[in-house]
Amino acid sequence: MILRRVQGLPTWDWRSPVEELEEMRRQMERLSQDVTGTIYAEPTAGVFPLVNVTEDKDNYYIRAELPGIKSDEIDISVTGNDLSISGERKIHAENENANYHRRERDEGQFNRIICLPAEIDPANVEAQTSDGILTVVLPKSESAKPRQIAVKTS
Amino acid sequence: MADSKNKDLKPKGKMEVSTPAEQTYQGPSFTPAVDIFETEQEIIILADMPGAKAKDLKIDLRDDTLSLIGKAESPEGTIEADVFREYQTGRYVRQFTLSYNIDQPKIDAEMKDGVLRLTLPKVEAAKPRKIAVKAG
Repeated sequence: MILRRVQGLPTWDWRSPVEELEEMRRQMERLSQDVTGTIYAEPTAGVFPLVNVTEDKDNYYIRAELPGIKSDEIDISVTGNDLSISGERKIHAENENANYHRRERDEGQFNRIICLPAEIDPANVEAQTSDGILTVVLPKSESAKPRQIAVKTS
Repeated sequence: MADSKNKDLKPKGKMEVSTPAEQTYQGPSFTPAVDIFETEQEIIILADMPGAKAKDLKIDLRDDTLSLIGKAESPEGTIEADVFREYQTGRYVRQFTLSYNIDQPKIDAEMKDGVLRLTLPKVEAAKPRKIAVKAG
């Protein structure tokens, strides 16, 4: 209650216990955003693996975190402007005398298609894994690269 | 837990760590997913730390607290512009309290494909030893 008054929130009727906490949580989120400058929740496509797509003027770079998966267990294919990443994560079974205290890592299959905004050159796509991070370099096709146009003076 | 082979992996956002101590490091710190299990002789911890290199890994065991700190460098070059970003890269931090005595010189750590496998051999508890009293 004290926090509410300090923050200047209107003190209307008490609608539901969760409402108050939600408002406090949102205030804290906004405060932390101002301090750290990072957005709290990032929008994702909801499909494993989470990817970061970046570009420079020649290529697109797609990176995904795939710990514990070897490069020959990942299937990558390019169709038109879509990149498809699929595979399976297996967790090596330990011997039967093992007693688990905690089990947080998942195993299973994944399959994801990422659509790129511009045309790519499928013949020169390269992919590599390093320390559990998959990097795919997709060169843009010539028509998608920016072209410098000379400005002539008349 | 019945794990079927056809189960699909669900994406899990990386959990940001909230430590009581203030971070001196700039940037987010995340909690790596771990599997912990023990056998009769040792405790084994498997941690998913994609992007962390073996040489930047800090494993610290003191006063029954095991700390794991891994650094993942941001792999993007400086000229790259973001199109679509779903995850952040940052440090991996996790601490555990151990209930066993560990044979410290024999701790083994192996980092492969972004997965750390830490083997902590247990030390035998001090056995009560009978002391024979010689009659002098």
